[in-house]
Amino acid sequence: MKPAEFYMRDRSLQPPALHPGYKTSLPRSPRHALLTLQQTVSEITGPTFGHGDIDALDNDLTLNFAHGGLPVGERILLSGRVLDENNRPVPNTLVEIWQANASGRYRHKKDAYLGALDPNFGGCGRTLTDAEGRYVFRTIKPGPYPWLNYVNSWRPAHIHVSVFGTSFSQRLITQLYFEGDPLIPKCPIVQTIPDPDAIQQLIAALDLNSAVPMDCLAYKFDIVLRGRRSTLFENRLEGN
Amino acid sequence: MVQDLPYLRETASQTAGPYVHIGLAPGAAGFHTFETELGQALAPAGVAGPRVTIEGCVYDGLGAPVKDILIEVWQADPQGIYPHPEDPRFAQCTAGFRGWGRVISDFDSGQFCFETLRPGAVAGRAGRMQAPHLNLWLVSRGINIGLNTRMYFPEDQDAHATDPVLASIEQRARAATLIAVATGPDSYRFDIHLQGAAETVFIDI
Ligand SMILES: [Fe+2]
Repeated sequence: MKPAEFYMRDRSLQPPALHPGYKTSLPRSPRHALLTLQQTVSEITGPTFGHGDIDALDNDLTLNFAHGGLPVGERILLSGRVLDENNRPVPNTLVEIWQANASGRYRHKKDAYLGALDPNFGGCGRTLTDAEGRYVFRTIKPGPYPWLNYVNSWRPAHIHVSVFGTSFSQRLITQLYFEGDPLIPKCPIVQTIPDPDAIQQLIAALDLNSAVPMDCLAYKFDIVLRGRRSTLFENRLEGN
Repeated sequence: MVQDLPYLRETASQTAGPYVHIGLAPGAAGFHTFETELGQALAPAGVAGPRVTIEGCVYDGLGAPVKDILIEVWQADPQGIYPHPEDPRFAQCTAGFRGWGRVISDFDSGQFCFETLRPGAVAGRAGRMQAPHLNLWLVSRGINIGLNTRMYFPEDQDAHATDPVLASIEQRARAATLIAVATGPDSYRFDIHLQGAAETVFIDI
């Protein structure tokens, strides 16, 4: 197959750079229109990763920072698939996550929240998707935490997710939320997304069938990256 | 009713937040989990080719340094080959070169600095060449969806004149926001302005 472009990003599903309800976006949002670019080899390629890049425990956050014990909190399996807009799996792609612990505290030198650090929880993990685009993490359900957007703003429980795909134009960072969390509709960061269905797509579903009895509950979260044209129709991408 | 189309919808982006380092650069967050942190060196020791050093700072609309920025770099090798199977010359790409790295700013000053290989010119569309460039992707707290831009090198003026990105910038003066400043032999400064009079050109890739 000749290299082909990725579908134009549907900006109606994506948060605009500037959303006044999320105050930090005011000084950090460009004011000019983005420059429109027809993709070249610079955009349809991107970094690749392999099993040599990661270790066996990297996707188990209940063990990958354990110091003689297990972390406190609700044990969960988080699994799903990375797909593209054509509903095809994205195999062998790197998925990275980071999160607060059960108290809502991040292990970061800049986080000074009252919630306690957990000596057995670091809060980051990574894995590669399999041939069907599947990934799985074992972790602790994070707690909500306060932040000074408004004086009494609270983030819903969330896990940050980073995905690569096969090209730099598919690169995505997002956050997943948990089914039933009453803080979701109140969150200024969630509300940067203009499309209600796009918000729903960020809410992981409780998946009791995947729970491990007497061990951990399970949530399902599928991720969709930009899809790609299957044919090049005139306007050749490559030189020769 | 018209027919349904079979497409899924792209997952919405959310800000990387202030603690992005926990996931993507845990050493900088202040702890050690992984054997190898990914993306720490664009051109690890032993990778052959001409090296350049790039320093800079990302500024917000008030002119303040963005001290929690994380930038990902994607670039071709010195021959203009991307280390990716869809580059037609992939097999000849510089050994050991991944073309990708993560750059974070100093938490106190906001300054960043990294070393890499000098990229070569790469093919554009329909045979038109693109001037040597780095592809950059910026994320941080307050950035709702990652910002794409490019950095070009000041000495490639002739190639800039025909580069498809630089040539398509309507307000000509803004093209300069994508061109680094030489600070010495093989060293450059590239400041990025998220907003304001010197706003960098960001690209919808
Ligand atoms: Fe967070």
